Amino acid sequence: MINSYFELIRSGINTTYQDKGRENLYHIGIPYSGAMDNRNFLIANKLVNNNLYAPVLEFAYQGPHLKYKGDKISIAVTGDVIFKIIKNGVENIGNCYESYQIESGDEIDIISTNKTIYGYLAIGGEIDIKFQWESCSINTKAKIGSNDGKKLENKQIIKLLKLNSNKDKKKINYINSKVENIRVIKGTNFNYFSEEGKQNFFEKKFIVSKLSDRMGMRLQGNKIDNIVKTNIKSEGLIRGVIQVPPDGNPIIMLSDHGTIGGYPKIGVVASVDYDRLVQISPGSKIKFTEIQLTDAETLFKLYEMDTDNLLSQI
Amino acid sequence: MINKIINLGDSALYCDFGQEVNKEINSKVIKYFNSVRKSNIEGVTNVTPSYNKLIISFNLSITNFKKIKKKIETLNIDYENKIINKEIQIPVCCENPFSLDIKRLEKKLNLNREQILEKFFNKKYFCYMTGFIAGMPFLGDLDENMRANRLETPRVKVPKGSIGLTEQFTNIYTFESPGGWNIIGNTPLNIFDSFNENEPNLINPGDTVIFKEITFSEYKNYHD
Repeated sequence: MINSYFELIRSGINTTYQDKGRENLYHIGIPYSGAMDNRNFLIANKLVNNNLYAPVLEFAYQGPHLKYKGDKISIAVTGDVIFKIIKNGVENIGNCYESYQIESGDEIDIISTNKTIYGYLAIGGEIDIKFQWESCSINTKAKIGSNDGKKLENKQIIKLLKLNSNKDKKKINYINSKVENIRVIKGTNFNYFSEEGKQNFFEKKFIVSKLSDRMGMRLQGNKIDNIVKTNIKSEGLIRGVIQVPPDGNPIIMLSDHGTIGGYPKIGVVASVDYDRLVQISPGSKIKFTEIQLTDAETLFKLYEMDTDNLLSQI
Repeated sequence: MINKIINLGDSALYCDFGQEVNKEINSKVIKYFNSVRKSNIEGVTNVTPSYNKLIISFNLSITNFKKIKKKIETLNIDYENKIINKEIQIPVCCENPFSLDIKRLEKKLNLNREQILEKFFNKKYFCYMTGFIAGMPFLGDLDENMRANRLETPRVKVPKGSIGLTEQFTNIYTFESPGGWNIIGNTPLNIFDSFNENEPNLINPGDTVIFKEITFSEYKNYHD
């Protein structure tokens, strides 16, 4: 029995436990969930010697402020995040992509993400949380996952069951590349839209709306006119599908999306661009470019190879 | 059997079984669904049946569209329906405060409350699919005279247990959620149980549902 834990002095506005998510449950209405930005999730775990798919804390915009009690432990923050580490009342700005040794009484204050949405805090050890369908991922809409499916709250305790013995300092040079261009494969209802609508979709920029969350990203811009039918018979959805409801403003399905939908699908975001897509913050511009299936497959392979190379440098 | 298979993005197959919505086409979809799940094709991460489509998602790290398409085209389909479909009775109270849209339905359908309830209860409804939110069944078909459009402005919060009507379909809100269906009543039964990981859904595709009317006091005493 160990007695090491973090107390959340401030939970942050949308802090959840996430891992790789759940498979094979779409047919009963449960989406993948899981860390939104997979690459940053994996790097965070590698920096603290965890299993790559171990649970982490995912935060959006404002992060948590934690105070630690217990034996020495390592932590790491990934993403584009501003945070402080407070030891004996002395504040130091922390660096992302670098592990830190934390001792009893130390605090970690994750102030906010910079120009992105999601950041990750990995803790070197095993967190005492519940799994549902082999995943801890919290889906707040369906109330599924650890912490009774609710986001973390102020004063909550994060209890540890085990600490990793290897607490060596690790770091990697990595910068999140900012993107505006998102590559898209034409959707199954691409021809439901007017010539002008299709042209606008691939040529004009859209603005990410504030009404975006882990379920979906809403966009505003030139309206995309439907010339066939504004509703289709409800059918399955997948992560990255871009639906266009009758108002002509596209919505991109993200990791906690509804599993069935009845709006025409104009496109699907290429898997290679998903990690970067989810980090585009409200108010930012986004532009879609068309990509063919085989190119999307090749680029995804290269992206994965790149992720593997980053992980092997740690 | 499948009219056409195309890609939906770079990591899913879109299997089209036709445009119409009926039990025959949906049964084909469900047979394919069961066969795909049983065959444990490497890399398949999700299989999603709906009225007349089947979407098969896969892990692009270990397979691709071409490989899975070939597997599906040569798949042995189990036409014997060995899955035992259940017939499930669902108690529903259509009194206040549950029948949120009864007035709207009366107007839209040009029927009075008694006529609406008579056409709704004690009929067999087929479960075409589950989803949108966890465990929500999409059931059909409603009587021709019972078909109303969605609300012009969807509700931000539909109460858990609500029974909704739209077009030829009826559904059950398994937990509080936004939604635009016409709410006729509410069931005290728990339709989705996330703690029962092997069988979280009370109603599954292919099952038959019969709604049984209960009074408000029966509703209140249901769990006693």
